[in-house]
Amino acid sequence: MKTIYLDNSATTKVDPEVMDVMDYYHGQTYGNASSIHHEGKNAKKALGEARSIIANSLGANDDEIIFTSGGTEANNLAIKGMMYANEDKGRHLITTKIEHDCVLNSGKALEAEGFDVTYLDVDSEGFVSPEALEKNLREDTVLVSIIHANNEIGTIQDIQRLSNICKQHDVLFHTDACQSYTKTPITTEMADLITINAHKLHGPKGVGALYVKQGTAIKPLLDGGGHERKRRSGTENVPGIVGFAKAVELGMDEAHVNKMQALRDYLIDEILKIPHTRLNGPRGEQRLCNNANISFRFIEGESIIMNLDTQGICTSTGSACSSQTLEPSHVLMAIEDDPERAHGSVRFTISRYTTKEELDRTLTALKATVDKLRRISPLTEG
Amino acid sequence: MYTEQVTERFKKPRFMGEIQEADSTGEVGNVRCGDIMRVSIKVKDDRIADIKFKTYGCVAAIVSSDYLCELVKGKTLEEAENVTSKDVIERMGEVPAIKTHCSVLAQDALRKAIKDYRKKCD
Repeated sequence: MKTIYLDNSATTKVDPEVMDVMDYYHGQTYGNASSIHHEGKNAKKALGEARSIIANSLGANDDEIIFTSGGTEANNLAIKGMMYANEDKGRHLITTKIEHDCVLNSGKALEAEGFDVTYLDVDSEGFVSPEALEKNLREDTVLVSIIHANNEIGTIQDIQRLSNICKQHDVLFHTDACQSYTKTPITTEMADLITINAHKLHGPKGVGALYVKQGTAIKPLLDGGGHERKRRSGTENVPGIVGFAKAVELGMDEAHVNKMQALRDYLIDEILKIPHTRLNGPRGEQRLCNNANISFRFIEGESIIMNLDTQGICTSTGSACSSQTLEPSHVLMAIEDDPERAHGSVRFTISRYTTKEELDRTLTALKATVDKLRRISPLTEG
Repeated sequence: MYTEQVTERFKKPRFMGEIQEADSTGEVGNVRCGDIMRVSIKVKDDRIADIKFKTYGCVAAIVSSDYLCELVKGKTLEEAENVTSKDVIERMGEVPAIKTHCSVLAQDALRKAIKDYRKKCD
């Protein structure tokens, strides 16, 4: 059975060209970038080139990029690092109810330490209201952190507008761009801090980066040898970082985005032909190019994805049954207080490798799955 | 996360459906918690002559419903009432720890059906 992988917001397949460059820096040239011998110099040179590629992709300077172990660490560093570094200014953080867990739980950890955190509501499509943001800004607000494109329902925020409001009030603005990076424009004009990572764009797992605007104080979270201009200690993951840069070079192509957008719309339109279905998140340009998230009434998401899995198709769900906490997706519950909608949601996330044939096979399997589970469901009659 | 045995049974449940003209039905759960189970039974000579289920819920909820039906079919009402969720889980084989609560629900639905049946007979 051939795998149809439609869970690309969870992680992606590593591009073979990325693997090639990584192999080289694992086995052929493998020095520590801090060493002064020729192997060390080779590593340092590779690290510098990779840093330039990533900095350029955001319109940043090289020394504004801090490499990390991934999105989670970069978000932790952005939020805690900023809040700790600016305690003299204030102890108030603003974020939203639809952030990734690493942002929400950083907020909770700060609250436990006595910081004050506001979690902004979103509308029925997942958008943060600029007016609500402005209303919640206070004298002691240090940082605002808002996810660029939501990982579950694909909503792309008007990040420039939100960022401008913060700028007017002299408040720092951070965005988690893990899902949107290379898929929709994100530049240093739009935020003071930007989180990105590699494994969502056909790069390796365990590598990410945080852009921090020049002159912004940040308290490091790790004590060590003072790597990354004293902001993130730990020997640089040179193969991973070089692989990350390669993935960015390969990913920055409008043709990929256009292709994914067309396939996404085809998938959404076809799924919505199934009765009692509903799209979660917006349509069109304000939706992430690779995301389709649909709720199926009368049936539960884990059953749907497991049934699709028996046919080789990988997807994910916001149902409580598939989460470790047995709570339904906080994102779906934030757009509407309707547990059935959250339990019955399935997320399909495509990649530049996805084909129409794969989607057609998925649609056939999906229709049979929905039909079967609705026959088992006590919520449907007959 | 699920064993092959559970996955196989999920693909082909044996007792799904609803008995037309059932002697009793029992339903438990709600949409908010994510599980609803309905069990319908046909009783003959104080034994469960036939049993079917309908379940809204995850794989564990559906499969435990199916195994419960298998366990109690042919048993006396008293024997069926005494089947525990532990018995169901044992029959299922391994299930993830956080999924054990689902298999309690099927048994609750059955007990409710039996209770209602006795009420009707009184």
